[in-house]
Amino acid sequence: MPELGTPEGWLPVVFLALMGVAILAYVVLDGFDLGVGILLRAAPEGDRDLMVASIGPFWDANETWLVLGVGILLVAFPLAHGQILGALYLPVALMLIGLSLRGVAFEFRVKARAEHKPAWDFAFFGGSLLASVAQGVMLGLTIVGFRHDAATWAFALFIGAGLAAGYALLGATWLVMKTHGALQLAAVRWAQQAKWLTGAGIGAVSLATPLVSERIAGKWFSLPEFFMLLPIPLATLLLFFILWRALARLPQRLADGNEYGAWVPFACAVGIFICAFYGLAYSLFPYLVVDRTTIWDAASAPESLMIILVGACVVLPVILAYTVFAWRVFGGKARLLSYG
Amino acid sequence: MDPILLARAQFGANITFHILFPTITIALGWLLLFFKLRFLRTRDEKWMDAYRLWVKVFALSFALGVVSGITMSFQFGTNWPGFMETVGNIAGPLLAYEVLTAFFLEATFLAIMLFGRERVGERIHTIATVLVAFGTTMSAFWILVLNSWMQTPAGFEMRDGVAHATDWGAIIFNPSMPYRLSHMLLASGLTVAFLVAGISAWQWLRGQRTPAVAAALRTGVWLGVVLAPAQAVLGDLHGLNTFEHQPAKVAAIEGVWQTERGAPLLLFAIPDEEARTNHAEIGIPKLASLILTHELDGEIRGLDEFKGEHPPVAPVFWSFRIMVGIGLLMIVLSAYAAWRLRRGGELPRWTARALVAMSFSGWVATVAGWYVAEIGRQPWLVHGVLRTADAASEVPAAMIGTTFVLYLLLYALLIGAYVSVVFHLAKKAGSPDAAPVARPEPAHA
Repeated sequence: MPELGTPEGWLPVVFLALMGVAILAYVVLDGFDLGVGILLRAAPEGDRDLMVASIGPFWDANETWLVLGVGILLVAFPLAHGQILGALYLPVALMLIGLSLRGVAFEFRVKARAEHKPAWDFAFFGGSLLASVAQGVMLGLTIVGFRHDAATWAFALFIGAGLAAGYALLGATWLVMKTHGALQLAAVRWAQQAKWLTGAGIGAVSLATPLVSERIAGKWFSLPEFFMLLPIPLATLLLFFILWRALARLPQRLADGNEYGAWVPFACAVGIFICAFYGLAYSLFPYLVVDRTTIWDAASAPESLMIILVGACVVLPVILAYTVFAWRVFGGKARLLSYG
Repeated sequence: MDPILLARAQFGANITFHILFPTITIALGWLLLFFKLRFLRTRDEKWMDAYRLWVKVFALSFALGVVSGITMSFQFGTNWPGFMETVGNIAGPLLAYEVLTAFFLEATFLAIMLFGRERVGERIHTIATVLVAFGTTMSAFWILVLNSWMQTPAGFEMRDGVAHATDWGAIIFNPSMPYRLSHMLLASGLTVAFLVAGISAWQWLRGQRTPAVAAALRTGVWLGVVLAPAQAVLGDLHGLNTFEHQPAKVAAIEGVWQTERGAPLLLFAIPDEEARTNHAEIGIPKLASLILTHELDGEIRGLDEFKGEHPPVAPVFWSFRIMVGIGLLMIVLSAYAAWRLRRGGELPRWTARALVAMSFSGWVATVAGWYVAEIGRQPWLVHGVLRTADAASEVPAAMIGTTFVLYLLLYALLIGAYVSVVFHLAKKAGSPDAAPVARPEPAHA
């Protein structure tokens, strides 16, 4: 590890942080709209337009965070980009096909002939599910350091199912917040079901990471680190508890016309993702490929990173500002979309 | 099969699919702004009707551009790891600036442009439209800077086999950038001009003779009249620039094997790489020399001077002729249609049918032009700096092959669906069921 006082030392750390923020933003933001896609076919025909409308103004920008995250990997850590994406070739290709199908189905389902709509709805659901599972498989394979044998693939597929459930949880709680009536109540039920598999997925990742790497086990299970890190799993458990309580109470409250607290499950789900992400990031740091390639091994030249950093410092606040503006414009309960 | 060829075919298929949609959105964004401003000026609903149809086509094209663009950002790494390893210090910042200054802007304001008119009011909606159009153009700017740098690299030095930036001004304003960027922006303008004219002509032939259709038809035709000749002039300038910096590419375009003075402009030939000559040549004497050197006996260096360093000849030779052929058709057809519109106000049926046939001709010309540029750069990925073969990945051929087939099926499905939905939207436009996708509901804020 180079001296952190030099640009060679600190620039890769800054870019890792930026990449982390971009990937976390992607997972949470596209997570809820992928989740709505996964849930689409669970809803009756009549509710589907509103489900899609609730994510309509957001999905494009949400997916841009993926481009930013991969873009930072590409431009800041070019040596790792090839290594990682080469090792993940198949799940990456499947994810891309899933994202493509879903993204275009979004447009086609309302613009194509009415008789084709069910087919595009299926593409929307199938694409969302495929992309989510593929992302989970990518996460699973990354954790085990890109070993390709039956056991690691089984593990990766389980993480794939866990992440899809996590996205479904985000999507369902998003719908709880953004819709009303029967759809909102259905979303409460979906969230209750999705939370179990989400929890199992997070548990599997938490168990697997220290087992795979002694270095990671050492980072967690030595003193005093163990006690300093304890808040992360505890906060996750607490958030699950609040989520569980809130979901259990919501049907009664909503029946009484009390919307207060409809945002709590979504906030909990986002919090759970943040905790899980933080724990994972702590485990992996400073490696991009587990115990093989560090951020400093893979980084671009400091001059080039500096040019990007200057641009990012100027532009990112502007992006955040107009993103907040767009969220305010489309705030409140979802309405069916119309081209004005 | 050769994994490098497969990787190239896969990336080439994806980038071919991708370019179709930005080619539409770059110019269509500005055209939508034009429709909107005409409406604000005249308060004539026909402009808003035209806007409402074409904004849907814009949204559809944008979605296809986004998803295929995401695919590309991954394939840079999966197919060409050597690219970023060697020139990442230059390509990286350019791509990063594209994401930061263009992608988020487009994606965020697109939502307001599409769905927000009632929520934000007319003024902010117009601003959102401007920002979306601006964003698509910024995106074109950065990616063409990078592509031009790959053709005519400047402002860098090699240290230990890795390119390091020395002068960002020279990198951004590299020798071919102004020509390539303008050429692409005009190509986008022409693609949209003929798409709008063609679809409107189709509506007109079907009897949908609304004021909106007439207005869109006129707009498309007049845009074509202005842009098609301009593109011919600019294309010539771009060719001269290529002649200076990439003579092997020009030799392939012209099908010139041995260096010659007073080279003919070949209209037809079958280039033969084995025998290193052409068969069945039909040409106009001395014209190629005249165009490229502005002298009847000017010298054009032949492919034999670049043995092993020049691109495959036939694809470059033919792509170029397809591009120029369509360009000439565009000049003639738009001029004739404009003349008829000006004189009598109505198009003869066959002219309208010709416009319909040319609806997607901009796509063909644009893709052919990109093949000239990209295949013409081979065997280099970055001209004189990095060979394509040295940038390829070690992913097994079978894996690339399988995913390639999946991508091809997907792209065929999506292009088919896109074209049929554009016609479907045009058919529905103006009829009662074309109104908002679903009934509006009262807000529950």
